[in-house]
Amino acid sequence: MSRLATTFARCKAEGRAALVTFVTGGDPNPAATPAILDALVEGGADVIELGMPFTDPMADGPAIQRANIRSLAAGTRTADLLRIATEFRQRHPDVPLVLMGYANPMVKRGPEWFAHAARNAGVDGVISVDIPPEEDQELGPALRAAGIDFIRLATPTSDEQRLPTIMDGASGFIYYVSVAGITGMQQAAQASIDAAVARLKRYTDLPIAVGFGVRTPEQAGPIGKVADGVVVGSAIIDIVAEHGEHAAGPVRDLVASLAAALR
Amino acid sequence: MTLTNTFRAQPDDSGHFGQFGGRYVAETLMPLILDLEREYRAAKEDPAFAAELDDLLKHFVGRPSPLYYAERMTEHVRATAAPGKGAKIYLKRDELNHTGAHKINNCVGQILLALRMGKTRIIAETGAGQHGVATATVAARFGLPCVIFMGATDVERQKPNVFRMKLLGAEVRPVTSGAATLKDAMNDALRDWVANVHDTFYIIGTAAGPHPYPELVRDFQSVIGKEAREQILEREGRLPDLLVAAIGGGSNAIGLFHPFLDDPEVAMLGVEAAGHGLDTDAHAASLAGGEPGILHGNKTYLLQDEDGQITEAHSISAGLDYPGIGPEHSWLHSIGRVEYSSATDKEALEAFQTVCQVEGIIPALEPSHAMVAVFKRAAEMDRDQIIIANMCGRGDKDIFTVADALGVEI
Ligand SMILES: Cc1ncc(COP(=O)(O)O)c(C=O)c1O
Repeated sequence: MSRLATTFARCKAEGRAALVTFVTGGDPNPAATPAILDALVEGGADVIELGMPFTDPMADGPAIQRANIRSLAAGTRTADLLRIATEFRQRHPDVPLVLMGYANPMVKRGPEWFAHAARNAGVDGVISVDIPPEEDQELGPALRAAGIDFIRLATPTSDEQRLPTIMDGASGFIYYVSVAGITGMQQAAQASIDAAVARLKRYTDLPIAVGFGVRTPEQAGPIGKVADGVVVGSAIIDIVAEHGEHAAGPVRDLVASLAAALR
Repeated sequence: MTLTNTFRAQPDDSGHFGQFGGRYVAETLMPLILDLEREYRAAKEDPAFAAELDDLLKHFVGRPSPLYYAERMTEHVRATAAPGKGAKIYLKRDELNHTGAHKINNCVGQILLALRMGKTRIIAETGAGQHGVATATVAARFGLPCVIFMGATDVERQKPNVFRMKLLGAEVRPVTSGAATLKDAMNDALRDWVANVHDTFYIIGTAAGPHPYPELVRDFQSVIGKEAREQILEREGRLPDLLVAAIGGGSNAIGLFHPFLDDPEVAMLGVEAAGHGLDTDAHAASLAGGEPGILHGNKTYLLQDEDGQITEAHSISAGLDYPGIGPEHSWLHSIGRVEYSSATDKEALEAFQTVCQVEGIIPALEPSHAMVAVFKRAAEMDRDQIIIANMCGRGDKDIFTVADALGVEI
């Protein structure tokens, strides 16, 4: 079983949702990222999403846009991201690591190159915001051949007609983007999340992780009651923005409070 | 399956032009993009849609635009060309359209689609402001609220157009991310769209973006080439030898070229913006200086670094200041059907002044890039040959930029 499958199964056995945390790699600089990733794990995150910075993060709100800018301004390169992932895997042999970002930096050197590099770095899954199922061939075959899950996204606009397309070829987990919009803006009503997760479950047996707009333990708790995973991003990014190189401690504290809310 | 060899049957069913194009968008937008495609196919089959579009193009936009024999530009070239050289130069006068550029051709088409789809709010990105003005114009004409995203840098260098948009009732949102130009405006327009899919129609201003935009923008702009084809046959009894157009995203160029693509005797030249020069890092020539990549919903040539990070474009012309190009041009380039060259800021400024002085037409800085190539090529071609160049916009919006570049205070 993959690390992702093992982790979601273990959380399920413990009767709780997995805590999935997102940070932008290289924010505030590549040297500071390993300590922040360790803080996520120490705080109780079950799955780590490592954001690959991009000049044009079209699906992100101001907080993550600025994180991308800080990272690139600090000189973060693709090689840094892969090194950060490799070292993370050495320190944390069992914690699933997912690379999340936009298509262009992923496909620049060719899908096979990226899939190989990601596998060698110990990456378990990849999320590409701007590769919908229709363009799966761009990266999907190469990733699957390398044994990496290409995570599909579902959204409030994914109606019954659309869901079979999304689930066809999906693996790892389904990332339910709970608001039609960009990251870090508004939060979805709990009732709409309940209904959406129930709808998704009719189309897949994969774990469902719910993200976008989830910032606090108070929000995470009820979502964790219906979903298999809860994704928190912008709230952590805000702490990194505030504390910079000294973010590890405050990040650990926030993550611990989120983890507690899911237990 | 197509039985004949044609360059005019793209994109394929999945929205690809060869390896280019496609639908690289967030999942939230996918159902909408698929909807738009269905609606566009239905509109294409609907005689009522065509009738309404034609009526607007005729009475609101002022089409057909003239095909004008630029006699003095032709003589200007012949004066210094080798004996027997100096092709006849025709200008397709889309700068005479309502709002002063070709952009309106596309906007009337897209707003009719928006109405068909029951959308009640319009958004658009703009660089030079021409597409913003054209969008604000059609939004006013049909009584829909309209938000225009425009890079803060462009808001500064295209003030007259910003005021025009406001007069037309649009809200202009300055975008400060990145270099605060067209690319960043498009990012913010996409962010708005993804958050407002239920009621908002995004009128993309060039033949780029996710499928079906490159196709439908091309189709709406193809009125330029269709008219030009009829007009030149009537005037000269034959097809032209060369078509020339400036390339920002490529909509005026593909609009002129597409109806001629299957005429092997017609050569075509797209002119990208070389900014300070192709040997510098300040240009906007994505074919000459870029590589295939994925941005803004499509795969196409992009200015980017070895990690796939998008690099900033530069051109004196805000309408050409974009690090990408429409996917159909990437394809036409890769198969060699269309040739692409470039013109620098300095060359465009010179051509701008020449056209003003010898022809009595103030061109926009965008087609001034095309005019650089027209002067060069005409001098190499025989006198009995014919060039049609797209005069896709008028230069009133650019007089401040030009004055600044020439060191003149107005
Ligand atoms: C007059 C004019 N020409 C050309 C362009 C470039 O766009 P395209 O290449 O899509 O025609 C613009 C864009 O603003 C414009 O205003």
